[in-house]
Amino acid sequence: MAYVQNKRDQPWLIRTYSGHSSAKASNTLYRTNLAKGQTGLSVAFDLPTQTGYDADSPLAKGEVGKVGVPISHIEDMDQLFDQIPLDQMNTSMTINATAAWLLSLYIALAQRRGIDPGKLNGTTQNDIIKEYLSRGTYIYPPGPSMRLIADTINYTVKHVPKWNPTNVCSYHLQEAGATPVQELAYALCTAMAVLDRVKASGEIGAADFPQVVERISFFVNAGIRFVEECCKMRAFAEMWDQLTLSRYQVNDPKMRRFRYGVQVNSLGLTEAQPENNVQRIVLEMLAVVLSKRARARAIQLPAWNEAMGLPRPWDQQWALRIQQVMAFETDLLEYGDLLDGSPVVAAKVAELIDGARREIANVEAQGGIIAAIESGYIKRELVQSHMNRLRAIEAGDLQIIGVNCFRETAESPLTQGSDGGIMKTDPAAEREQIERLQAHRRQRNDHEVQAALQGLVDVAKSSDNIMPASIRCALAGVTTGEWGDTLRGVFGEFRPPTGIDIAIDSRELLGKKDQVAQLRENVASTGNSLGRPLKLLVGKPGLDGHSNGAEQVAVKARDVGFEVVYDGIRLTPQQIAQAAQEEGVHVVGLSILSGSHLELVEAVLAEMRARDLAEVPVIAGGIIPKEDADRLTALGVRAVYTPKDFSLNAIMADIINVVRDSHGLARLPTPQ
Amino acid sequence: MSPVRLPDPEQLAERIRRGERAAVASGLNLLDNKLDEARQGAARLLAALAGEHGLSAGHLIGITGPPGAGKSSLLAAMIRKWRQSERTVGVLAVDPSSRPEAGGGALLGDRIRIKNTAHDEGLFIRSLANRSQLGGVASEVWPMSWLMLACFDIVVIETVGVGQTEIDIAEIGDTVCYVAQPASGDTIQYLKSGIIEIPDIFAVNKADLGAPARKTAGELTRASSRQDRRADWDYPVCLVSANDHSGIQPLLAHVDRHRRFLIDGGLFDELRARHQRAWVVRLLKDEFGTFGLGLLGGAAGVDAWLQARPSNQFAGYVQLRKHILSKFLSANHQSSLTTKEHVNEQAIV
Ligand code: B12
Ligand SMILES: Nc1nc2c(ncn2[C@@H]2O[C@H](COP(=O)(O)OP(=O)(O)OP(=O)(O)O)[C@@H](O)[C@H]2O)c(=O)[nH]1
Ligand SMILES: [Mg+2]
Repeated sequence: MAYVQNKRDQPWLIRTYSGHSSAKASNTLYRTNLAKGQTGLSVAFDLPTQTGYDADSPLAKGEVGKVGVPISHIEDMDQLFDQIPLDQMNTSMTINATAAWLLSLYIALAQRRGIDPGKLNGTTQNDIIKEYLSRGTYIYPPGPSMRLIADTINYTVKHVPKWNPTNVCSYHLQEAGATPVQELAYALCTAMAVLDRVKASGEIGAADFPQVVERISFFVNAGIRFVEECCKMRAFAEMWDQLTLSRYQVNDPKMRRFRYGVQVNSLGLTEAQPENNVQRIVLEMLAVVLSKRARARAIQLPAWNEAMGLPRPWDQQWALRIQQVMAFETDLLEYGDLLDGSPVVAAKVAELIDGARREIANVEAQGGIIAAIESGYIKRELVQSHMNRLRAIEAGDLQIIGVNCFRETAESPLTQGSDGGIMKTDPAAEREQIERLQAHRRQRNDHEVQAALQGLVDVAKSSDNIMPASIRCALAGVTTGEWGDTLRGVFGEFRPPTGIDIAIDSRELLGKKDQVAQLRENVASTGNSLGRPLKLLVGKPGLDGHSNGAEQVAVKARDVGFEVVYDGIRLTPQQIAQAAQEEGVHVVGLSILSGSHLELVEAVLAEMRARDLAEVPVIAGGIIPKEDADRLTALGVRAVYTPKDFSLNAIMADIINVVRDSHGLARLPTPQ
Repeated sequence: MSPVRLPDPEQLAERIRRGERAAVASGLNLLDNKLDEARQGAARLLAALAGEHGLSAGHLIGITGPPGAGKSSLLAAMIRKWRQSERTVGVLAVDPSSRPEAGGGALLGDRIRIKNTAHDEGLFIRSLANRSQLGGVASEVWPMSWLMLACFDIVVIETVGVGQTEIDIAEIGDTVCYVAQPASGDTIQYLKSGIIEIPDIFAVNKADLGAPARKTAGELTRASSRQDRRADWDYPVCLVSANDHSGIQPLLAHVDRHRRFLIDGGLFDELRARHQRAWVVRLLKDEFGTFGLGLLGGAAGVDAWLQARPSNQFAGYVQLRKHILSKFLSANHQSSLTTKEHVNEQAIV
């Protein structure tokens, strides 16, 4: 057997996840990135596009073009791929609830350019299940969401055969705190649910079903425990091979291959000493390229300034160069599998598989992943895992360099620039996009638009495939908001369980025991002074789906004795102020990571003033640059917390004092 | 100086009656407040609210049932219909997740299930932790529900049904609706426990599940038809689904019909007055203990005293409260209530 290969392996697809401001600005960025040696595109959409709203919807306010590119209609799509030949490009789109729509726009654009859609190559993420658990850009209830996934699969298998219609994601589960076993189990449960649904649709006969199975790809995470992560990839490959054979009778081993793309872990990337993130990223990447048998097909890396804000082109270039050094300078691609035969690796893989099998059986016993999402079970498991992680960091059991140990540092030259070391999106982008959208609405043929939308309604109510009607809408000039609203009208909307109602049965888990005991006393005595128990509202205004921070603050606040109101993500400032009033809370805590904190906090404050709540203190947390934090304080926000404030106990002590301050009570010392 | 600025109770009552949301919120805060000045203000607020306008307005509905039966989801569906017919709704959601022994904290998670429309000025939801150590409905619920009755057409209290809670809720609501979980041991348990005496209406939720729901409805129908509490009431059992909104309209019709039944039979005012007396006793006992209550002749003494003054029980409450306080202050003060009370006082001292 030849261990050293005479031919170097082809490297994986090298991508950077990007998009911002406008289709035009993003197109420029893509073409620069391609010129730098990137071999595929990975499109980041803004939140209105991901949640099916037009740029001029009140719900989109402040979010247009912020965390990705706004795509409202086919002309935007055209501009995004200006001078990029669709039939030669491999395009990955991180799009879920509206995946069928964005894919329709892409196919319609190809048709308009005279390109055979059969030649299109790429991926729509289109795993709406994990949106309910982690990523947060869901729209419709689980039933219709599963149908949208099945429709895109059925359609592409027949008409766009090189397309990966869905990317089953475990990436986002790890970002919400999942352990490797949970990642394995829930991703495979999701894949089964999707395949079962496609099978049940009956659109594809048994003989062709292996083709469907073959089109299922995965999007996986790789954390800093890189040995375990490498074993996780091997476990995935082994379990998928067995599952597709036994459950779906796929006999050709090639069709059973576990094909996956990767974004390495970002949750562990720190705001403190951000240069250390580069080491973390390199090691995490190693986990998914080291073992040839379970090597990633496509990789995108975060940047060193991940926890500070959006990356600038130079930051993305650095991330790109990491991949290129690994692929082209090292000798990694010259060898066969390095880990085959290692008993240590084999044992670890077996252990992971064993754990995952047990959890899969557990979920199946509850009626499958959809039932376990509706009941809140899986979300609670994730919140619990994330809580364990944070408590370990707080207790010092899990060491994070620069955060809870080795904190001394020289001043970093990386963060000294006038831009604060992050990308600032174009503040005019929202207005320009709205103008462009309104001009588009004036130009199109209303009659065709109405007819296409009626066609969409009819199909949505039937069991026919949603894709042809959506492609017709795309060609007629229908907008993202119109497509989204039309289906909202037929399918309804859905809010999944928040998962924070976890039972905490072990005192050990509460973090530092004596600190917690002291905090409880402080909460109780402050409540006594004020006449009723302290009540905290944790609010997530806007379209931002980052729920981790809000969940963990809520869970911790409950543990130290607060009565906590948390209604989940994606609420309007009006809804939050109204809840604060109805619930009679003592303090409102807002969590915002999408970068829209200035607009949203200001809106919440205004809504509160309008309800006689000016005296209720408001605090905020999330990805908030220092200068913005100062602006928020000037607006009246009492305290601002960022990832640097990793000690939830310290945050709790502070919140108690914010309440005390606002009632003229003396501050209490932070428990040590 | 108090760290809490307390509103003027009589002015607040005015604003609440006008339906000002900010006033409703601040009234609820006041009723929740345990500071001495606040307790006095709360009593005055209640007295002012009850005022002349009597006790027969609105509809106070208790919704109870086992955890996860779909009480909140069902309530959301009911609210949607009520709001369509322009009836305003106040909700008190009593959350069970709090466990006083572990630090007293609570996650109040029912709002998210109950609230289905984006923004609605005609719906007001207050969540409450169940702070009571002994099970049962927290004593704040009763005054709060009365405050809400002063400004909403319909007031609903959602609680998890566990023994004492059911008994408590029956002492608040005009109409009690039990939400049953299909095919769960809870229903069987429930049938055995005797608490089946309490609900006026049974709603078997999750009818979309089919056979198990029908089976549970059958069991309940057989059991409820054996009840003979109020001969003329039929204790209906409804099959409903919060998911697909089926059976909601008939359920609401039963709810309305029950109120009319009480009024037509002349039972309504009597029921409310009885409930109020029970809660005055409970509030006084909560605040002053058996000893304090004993100063007024115990539960029976208070009840008799209130029965003799049926107009405004809250005003009575204010008076009784003052009375106990003054007695606490001057231990040798002579009784001005009844002789029976005097006997009890001596027995305790
Ligand atoms: C995890 C994560 C995700 C997860 C979220 C999972 C979840 N359910 O929360 C996933 C993978 C789904 C995700 C997705 C996206 N993400 Co993201 N994500 C992160 C990441 C890596 C960590 C955030 C986190 O959870 N940290 C752990 C928690 C505990 O910390 P925290 O929220 O900061 O909270 C702490 C403090 O801030 C404070 N705090 C926070 N809130 C509150 C509230 C109160 C009341 C108080 C007192 C304190 C407080 O206390 C906490 C304790 O320390 C950050 C980068 C980073 N490393 O910070 C990017 C980041 C936030 N994501 C980003 C983006 C752009 C996205 C996407 C929008 C990308 C896209 N275009 O699709 C998507 C879409 C998400 C959506 N629907 O909105 C950007 C935001 C850019 C910006 N602000 O300018 C970031 C900064 C990454 C980057 N540099 O580009 N993401
Ligand atoms: N199939 C089905 N599920 C339902 C229905 N109503 C509620 N559910 C589900 O039942 C679960 C519990 O619903 P809730 O409305 O929170 O129940 P609850 O009784 O208020 O729960 P607690 O307040 O926690 O005791 C959720 O997962 C709902 O989605 C229904 O009509 N059919
Ligand atoms: Mg409930």
